[in-house]
Amino acid sequence: MLAPLTIEAIRAMIANRLRTFLTMLGMVIGVGAVVLMLAVGEGTRITIRKQVETLGTNLFIVLAGFQQASGARTGSGSRHTLTEADGKALLELEGVALASPVVNNNLQLVAGGQNWNCMVMGVNEMYLPLRDWEVASGRPMDALDVSSAARLVWLGKSTAKELFGSMEPVGQGVRLGQVPFTVAGILATKGQSLDGRDQDDTAIVPLSASQRYLVGSRFRGSIRMIMVQADNPQIMTSLQEDMRRLLRERHHLIDASQDDDFFINNMSSLMETAENMAKSMTLLLGAIASVSLCVGGIGIMNIMLVSVTERTREIGIRLSIGARQRDILTQFMLEAVLVSLTGGLLGLGAGAIGAWLVSYFLQTSVFITPMSLILSFTVSAGIGLFFGFYPAYKAAGQDPIEALRFQ
Amino acid sequence: MGVVIETQNLTKSYPTGAGDLPVLHGVDFTLESGEFTAIMGPSGSGKSTFMNILGCLDRPTSGVYKLLGEEVAKLSPDQLAHRRLHYIGFVFQGFNLLPRADLLENVSLPLLYARLPAQQRKIRAMEMLEQVGLAPWAKHRPSQVSGGQQQRAAIARALVAKPSLILADEPTGNLDTQTSDEIMALLSRLNDEGITLVLVTHEPDVARYAKRLTRFRDGLLVEDSPVLDRRRP
Repeated sequence: MLAPLTIEAIRAMIANRLRTFLTMLGMVIGVGAVVLMLAVGEGTRITIRKQVETLGTNLFIVLAGFQQASGARTGSGSRHTLTEADGKALLELEGVALASPVVNNNLQLVAGGQNWNCMVMGVNEMYLPLRDWEVASGRPMDALDVSSAARLVWLGKSTAKELFGSMEPVGQGVRLGQVPFTVAGILATKGQSLDGRDQDDTAIVPLSASQRYLVGSRFRGSIRMIMVQADNPQIMTSLQEDMRRLLRERHHLIDASQDDDFFINNMSSLMETAENMAKSMTLLLGAIASVSLCVGGIGIMNIMLVSVTERTREIGIRLSIGARQRDILTQFMLEAVLVSLTGGLLGLGAGAIGAWLVSYFLQTSVFITPMSLILSFTVSAGIGLFFGFYPAYKAAGQDPIEALRFQ
Repeated sequence: MGVVIETQNLTKSYPTGAGDLPVLHGVDFTLESGEFTAIMGPSGSGKSTFMNILGCLDRPTSGVYKLLGEEVAKLSPDQLAHRRLHYIGFVFQGFNLLPRADLLENVSLPLLYARLPAQQRKIRAMEMLEQVGLAPWAKHRPSQVSGGQQQRAAIARALVAKPSLILADEPTGNLDTQTSDEIMALLSRLNDEGITLVLVTHEPDVARYAKRLTRFRDGLLVEDSPVLDRRRP
């Protein structure tokens, strides 16, 4: 039953080529816009996600508190409340996978004839695994390097390039400030952070070496921050509370009225926020594009109404030779769905080409999800059904004798 | 012989702005199986309205119309469609073929609504085209063949679902004399083969092919008599 009706529908579409094309164009633009907008939204989400993930997953950053002197408050991390021992204690906590204290300062690095200023971080051997940071060449930092305060440095890709150019840096000497160190490894590329900093412009040394040779701290063992990785994302909230309790206990903050002298930042909530932002952007873009899809559907309805009127006589003939109302309904619905589906499929292509153009010319990452393809396909079929129903219903409800008399 | 059509006191009026306009004033009519009657009458006499009611395309305002013993007024739209498909074949003055489909597709169209498989549709439709001598034109569109050929295709379409009754509304109205005679010869042959025929015409020459003459005037059946000088092809 459907096959011959499909042939007839295609014939009717071909008989009014220009009209069919223009009606389809509405759907092409609508579906194309939806596909493109969803692709742009998804691309943005993935970009944000990747940037957040360069930080590491399931991360907490514990920062030292601030100082208050004569009413002026210094920023977080400025007070010497956090110690290496706090880091060790946190590591003992259940649910904590890795923890590394971090001290940092800017130093002038000198190697051969080149010099370069960058951030030098003192960390322990857990820092690189914690940040999912691979060592591209050389060897990773181990516990012995940390316990022996070895004067070894791991250079970020950008720093290595500035200092050594195309030369192999591993094994070479480099001066950090006044102190000679040896390059033990080069870190893999990490890319930009969320705030646009080049994460590869850095140097990493064992925490003990940093404390002994590089950072002139008045309080030995005090550190600016501790990075903590949880076993899994589910325990993040409860672990944060456990960490807070432990640190308050260690810092003798027994009275509940006393404020924390540290900050615990949940980095996965940052990721969540960023993802939610990207999601609502995708939703917004999709909603705007849906408006054009809706307009395309109205175009189909409009043309189908014209078509039903034009073919009133044909409907009369069909009814007179034994077509049921249902048969007429099916025929016109099929035509509407065929127009919208063909338009939808072409729209998928148009959207994909549009997405490619956007990524090519605007250098934005776009990503077409299979979901958005299925969605647009279903939606265009649905639009055909929805907007095709009324005209088809009108066609099926014709009085046979009136329809036959129609000129 | 069974009764195919029976009407009792059939009336039809159309609502207009100035009240109802009566077209049929109470028609009693009986048609038995195998009959061939010609309905004649001037324009506005109600003969076309009567035909449309007989063909289940229109409903009477009052009175009874029984098709093969069933009261049509009690049938649902789907049941009416079923009667139009299987019991009745319509032949129109203007042929009423679908312009975009070829003759074979036009003839097989009722079988599509009868839900026959594609292969059977094609075989049956081709048989019908052969019967009316149009097999070589099966793939031609209506606009590519003559009026007589179009009307023969329309007759093939009316016959394809094997109805027992053919209603022909001025089937020769758009044709020249020679082609008219060909069409009437075809209809006569069908009647000889056992099909019941009702023919509406205003040409006495055409009406003489029938066995019986029914005359309408002002919405009333005024004459119902056998044709004495019947024409045979």
